[in-house]
Amino acid sequence: MKRVAITGAGTINALGHNVSQTLEAMREGHCGIGPLEMRDVDRLAVQIGAQVSDFSPDTIFNRQQLALYDRFTQFALISAREALAYSGLEFSGALSAKSGVVLGNSGGGMQTLDENYRTVYEDGKNRVHPFVVPKLMNNAAASHISMEFNLKGPSFTVASACASSNHAMAQAFQMVRSGMAPVMITGGAESMLCFGGVKAWEGLRVMSKDACRPFSATRNGMVQGEGAGVFVFEEMDHAEARGADILAEVVGFAMTSDAADIVMPSRQGASRAISGALEDAGLNREEVGYINAHGTGTAANDKTECSAVADVFGPHADRLMMSSTKSMHGHLIGGTGAVELLACIMALRDGVIAPTIGYEEADPECALDVVPNEAREASIDVALSNAFAFGGLNAVLALRRV
Amino acid sequence: MSVKDRVIEIVAEQAVLEPSDVTMESTLEDLGIDSLGLVESIFAIEEEFDISIPFNANEPESSEFDISSVTTIIAGIEKLIENTPAA
Repeated sequence: MKRVAITGAGTINALGHNVSQTLEAMREGHCGIGPLEMRDVDRLAVQIGAQVSDFSPDTIFNRQQLALYDRFTQFALISAREALAYSGLEFSGALSAKSGVVLGNSGGGMQTLDENYRTVYEDGKNRVHPFVVPKLMNNAAASHISMEFNLKGPSFTVASACASSNHAMAQAFQMVRSGMAPVMITGGAESMLCFGGVKAWEGLRVMSKDACRPFSATRNGMVQGEGAGVFVFEEMDHAEARGADILAEVVGFAMTSDAADIVMPSRQGASRAISGALEDAGLNREEVGYINAHGTGTAANDKTECSAVADVFGPHADRLMMSSTKSMHGHLIGGTGAVELLACIMALRDGVIAPTIGYEEADPECALDVVPNEAREASIDVALSNAFAFGGLNAVLALRRV
Repeated sequence: MSVKDRVIEIVAEQAVLEPSDVTMESTLEDLGIDSLGLVESIFAIEEEFDISIPFNANEPESSEFDISSVTTIIAGIEKLIENTPAA
């Protein structure tokens, strides 16, 4: 089996338009959540979100590109450009033929759907732009990355709601580890912050109207975000041979399904995913120093996640740190695991643990070190990233410091 | 602006050319407009003239709407406008 290095990272999200801005914001405990800016916001019961601000796609993409790129595709391409530039890789010949893109995404081109539903239902028009389908299909972002960077190997999109990115990155990891592909571009993108997207989430009654406070006794729900995170997963020998800067090593993963409920999380399903990732990576539980939690800020997720971690780690659960960066960048749904992987990389590489901000009051059902409100310096060797999706689909990744 | 000038403007924009570079004899292929560009042009023309163009990308030859050159496209549009009842 091959070892897998991360040799590039890129992002755009509510905390920043690139990796350094995002990590800086995480270190400072900045909150990217604010009043939503969109048409008909006054008709929404939930009026906050973590939107990407100061964003002018027309300065980044030309008219023909914009006609084909939904906002989630724009986010994915911006992130991929940063990640590929960092890695220094260019794809031609055999490398191009075998390398591909696996991205996570849940909703597809929601902005495109929303706008065009308005056109036909609200405005009563009988004609929509011919690119609606290629713009909204949820593989559009993966396809445009493959085209821009000449990636001709396996490319597809994984949809498992809030675990999409982790499932995608696990898949990419497996492809590189097995020797199937020398390099895989992976991560996820989402842009669900449009009227219809927020309205749909409102219906479930799990959204907070004021803030995302994971693990705090005062938490009252999740807050949606948007953006993307994209990484370069590269076979370790290939990366070392060309002298690449290695951000971290991916050492294992596990996926489980609760097979129980379409929305309620399961302690067992989550703990099987966490222990499965440790087993796959050949790690002792004592080696884990940090977990980037799924930590949505809902009553159900946070207590279930904490009990799952307690089950897996036993006494070590009280020594490790676990934070939810969703308190800062919101819940990016199908893109969330990708942006959260950046917090794991920062913990391993820079020795800075991103905080859980908005933390107000201890909850006995979440009695772990959740790194409340302020980032912390700590030297750790292994980090996990949890994702537990609606539908009971769980995916956990394990990373090691290089 | 005449139908001709408006069509040339739409086609030129799609081809990323100046309107003066588009001649009546130009074919879409000459102008570098591919199949996606063609359906986008048809959409833009429908929007501009509030007409519905009978065109199926699977069988462009058998469509009633002749897209073989700028001349035939303009003639087709003029016919459609003529046959569209005034609102």
